[in-house]
Amino acid sequence: MEYFLSEEQQMMVDLARKIAQEKIKPVREHYDETEEFPWPIVKELAAADLCGTYIPQEFGGFGGGIFSLVLVTEELCKVDGGIALALAATALGTFPIMIAGNDEQKRKYLPDIAAGRKLAAFGLTEPEAGSDATGLRTTAVKDGDFYVLNGTKCFITNAGDAETYTVFAKTNPGRGARGISCFVVEKGTPGFEFGKKEKKMGIRASSTRELIFNNCRIPKENLLGKEGHGLITAQATLDCSRPGVAAQALGIAAGALEEAVAYAKTRVQFGQTIASFQGIQHMLADMATEVEAARCLVYATARMMDAHPGKRTTKESAMAKLFASETAMKVTTNAVQIFGGYGYSREYPVEKMMRDAKITTLYEGTSQIQKNEIALALIKEAATKK
Amino acid sequence: MHIVVCIKQVPNTTNVQIDATTGTLKREGVEAIINPFDEYAIEEAIRLKERFGGKTTVITMGPPQAEQALRDTLARGIDNAILVSDRAFAGADTWATSYALAQAIRTLGDYDLIICGKQATDGDTAQVGPGVAEMLNIPHVAYVKKIEEASNGSMKVERMMEDGYDLIETPLPALITVVKEINTPRLPSLRGLMNAKKAQIPHWNAETIKAEKLNIGLTGSPTQVLKIFSPPLRPGGEMLQGSLEQVAEQLVAKLKNAQLI
Amino acid sequence: MSNQIAVSADKCIGCGLCFKACPFNAISMAERPTHPRKLKLAVIDMHTCTFCGACVDSCKNIGAITMIKDAPAVLDTDLSAYRGVWVYAEQRHGEISPVVYELLNEGAVLARKLSVPLSAVLIGDNIEAKAQDLIHHGADKVYLFDAPLFIEFQDDSYSDVLSHLIVEEKPEIVLMGATNIGRSFASRVAARIRTGLTADCTALDIDPTTRNLMQTRPAFGGNIMATILSPRHRPQMSTVRHKVFKPAVKDSSRTGTIIKKGVNTATIVNRTKFLGFIKDTTAKVNLSDADIIVSGGRGLGKTEGFTLIDELAEALGGAVGSSRAAVDAGWIPYSHQVGQTGRTVSPKIYFACGISGQIQHQVGMGSSEIIVAINKDPSCPMMKMATFAIEGDLYEVIPWIIKEIKKARGCQI
Repeated sequence: MEYFLSEEQQMMVDLARKIAQEKIKPVREHYDETEEFPWPIVKELAAADLCGTYIPQEFGGFGGGIFSLVLVTEELCKVDGGIALALAATALGTFPIMIAGNDEQKRKYLPDIAAGRKLAAFGLTEPEAGSDATGLRTTAVKDGDFYVLNGTKCFITNAGDAETYTVFAKTNPGRGARGISCFVVEKGTPGFEFGKKEKKMGIRASSTRELIFNNCRIPKENLLGKEGHGLITAQATLDCSRPGVAAQALGIAAGALEEAVAYAKTRVQFGQTIASFQGIQHMLADMATEVEAARCLVYATARMMDAHPGKRTTKESAMAKLFASETAMKVTTNAVQIFGGYGYSREYPVEKMMRDAKITTLYEGTSQIQKNEIALALIKEAATKK
Repeated sequence: MHIVVCIKQVPNTTNVQIDATTGTLKREGVEAIINPFDEYAIEEAIRLKERFGGKTTVITMGPPQAEQALRDTLARGIDNAILVSDRAFAGADTWATSYALAQAIRTLGDYDLIICGKQATDGDTAQVGPGVAEMLNIPHVAYVKKIEEASNGSMKVERMMEDGYDLIETPLPALITVVKEINTPRLPSLRGLMNAKKAQIPHWNAETIKAEKLNIGLTGSPTQVLKIFSPPLRPGGEMLQGSLEQVAEQLVAKLKNAQLI
Repeated sequence: MSNQIAVSADKCIGCGLCFKACPFNAISMAERPTHPRKLKLAVIDMHTCTFCGACVDSCKNIGAITMIKDAPAVLDTDLSAYRGVWVYAEQRHGEISPVVYELLNEGAVLARKLSVPLSAVLIGDNIEAKAQDLIHHGADKVYLFDAPLFIEFQDDSYSDVLSHLIVEEKPEIVLMGATNIGRSFASRVAARIRTGLTADCTALDIDPTTRNLMQTRPAFGGNIMATILSPRHRPQMSTVRHKVFKPAVKDSSRTGTIIKKGVNTATIVNRTKFLGFIKDTTAKVNLSDADIIVSGGRGLGKTEGFTLIDELAEALGGAVGSSRAAVDAGWIPYSHQVGQTGRTVSPKIYFACGISGQIQHQVGMGSSEIIVAINKDPSCPMMKMATFAIEGDLYEVIPWIIKEIKKARGCQI
């Protein structure tokens, strides 16, 4: 399908593909096996200027918008859905600064992130507050020129390896959703430590840890936006970042489809390639159609968001993420099926793709939460029309 | 330090398929790429510039399409690129190519070091680098796998040989040809690509480089291609069957029968 | 005038034979919507064309392509003034390189066809004893440059004396080994004396009428062969691949002349300085000299796999090679890499263990006499090109082969 990419966008895609093929492909099993953080690849991505395509030019990026993030993420994830996460999760951690930060804050944090010198992470989820952010227990108590943070965040992608954290905490526990604020916390701040690294099913090249705040004092300048506006920032962030997760899912699915087609063309059974069997052909046809449909939805959403910055796009973002991640799960499962017994073996890449795909239906809101958001938006829209 | 890199565009054989019946390359849709060995030359030039300062220039002789190869080098951090292109150069053998490149480098003026890839993957001759050095009357060291030291006036390099390596010191200006071991080439950056897209690349013709008509193209080439043919196909092999022990036994017996072991 | 090649639009039937024949991708097939039968038209890119004539041959039944080649620049050289076949007797650390004996054998064949003597040129330090050896292997004459300056190979000094000698003595053919040394300074010599040099030849013959040397060499990694002439220049220089020709048999009764050339150190150009030689200690057997090479690839899966490869190589008395994948994975140093970006080898037996046989690898070993492939995947290119293919896990297969070899060796004693 022709998506009418601009010259600049096409360059990003080609460059990301080159890095994925030449630098990531040879080491993807290694990082999956060892669960090491892929620093050498992050350095390659930084040298290639791919870390901050979505960050405005005045802060060292390319001003390519959400769509550039989507394109780069998809291309990298075609080869490895875990390694690319270092970049995608950084975007998630960076959006609160771009959305709610003042000029000074943007100048302080964005250039390092755009240049790939620093990674970022997003600290919202807590043991008791997953899909329901209002259940946060982490608190930030004002003390003169400082806020004092206490509490624990869990399942934080890039935690421990990132330098810059955007953290959500209750500044006014009595006010519920309106009592949450967002802060920037830098790695190395006294009282800010990391918990154990999670052992995961997939995206094993990505680090997931707890953030532990124990009387962590941060300057009041680190408050992003106004006190009490944290949840709005979080929701706007998720609107922006969900297309990124969708792109990750899309990339994994597209990668699995490529592998499945290539394998079906070479694998011989009963004296002919399995690609000549209609059963396999129909599976491939379905997979290809689903991938293309997901791509249309993800690209359209990203372009819409870039065309209307600041506009809430909860419904469309959720749709893109829901559809792309469920597609990734289906397509990777079918890819494993086409590979047969070999697909289940770690010698072939599709079993890893299937493991990596699963997370996309879970994080930044499960598929069920996406449906809630979509439905809620539909009902709201219907209500305003009347 | 002014470092000049000579590169060539070659057909990309990475994804090329071989036609099973004729044994020839399937050439449809074969893209042109920078000769893989030249990638190491480009990278080494950029690294030397990063270490010692100065500037880098890439030269290629080829059709106008070769401009793309030059843009690729600019995207990676080369400062200037020059395309030496003239229909009169067509059909040049290694002598005439060396001559044209040497003339182009003379036209550039000052230079301290010329770097070439060890050989091009289409012709596989490894002759142009040393040829250019001879025509410029400067020393050369081929098969360089490491630059140990470099200063304004001289350079110490490791020359890869069949049985190890030689350590050679050469005064500058000099020419070196480099092997894969010398470095890992970088990829272009997005900013580099965008700048390269806009760069103006001068095209030099035979007149610009003051090339003698008798020394260029087919006319200037001492060697002539008499004919080109496909090599005979390797006869199809034999799949050894049986248990591992039987297979090993068969193999050793066959090699022994052929008096090879 | 420059060379001309043209496709006759009237005659061309758009069959595409020339498109397929062109080794340089210079021909494209253009649509001709105006043609009554909508036939395509072959279009030649003049920038890419090398006037090799492959398309003219392919079109000989139709005759749509015509080529007029310019005569190459005629120099004031009297070709008949050049007589004799020379072999450059490369030495390294005082030992004659094995390829030299092969050149002497083939050089003698060419010299006989031309009815001229075969000479060798020997440059080194304290090397006179080797001159006799060259005569025993077929040289009628040996030009000897023996001086401390020549103790180690340097391009400047070696090319300086060889060029001068060629200009003085006027041989018609100069053969050199396509070794690192030969390929480095042959080109300097050819550039200086303005003559043709053909690299990496695998077949040589004489055209009896013109006395031209017909030099055949692989190009595009061995996927096409080209026969090359230097019709108007002398001497005709070639570098020749190791192990293509049989070595000359020693005959201690042969006699010949040794011509000691004076060496005036002061006038010899010698700008580089040789500082030392560091031997590769990782290789027990030199890859390019080995008759048997055992190579390991990605299929080894780990660096320890080379222990097994070593064992097999040792049992066979062979050298250890590798594919690019194994080098890139850091399992073995680059000096062992066979293939396009590594070395080209042509041993009697090449074992490809866990190497799928990408075209880049084939380029480096395709001319091996016998190829043995061991691979889990029976459909990979290496298994198809192999003389003997064994499907299976190399970790299981190789120990059996080692056992059988030891058994076979045991019987011989």
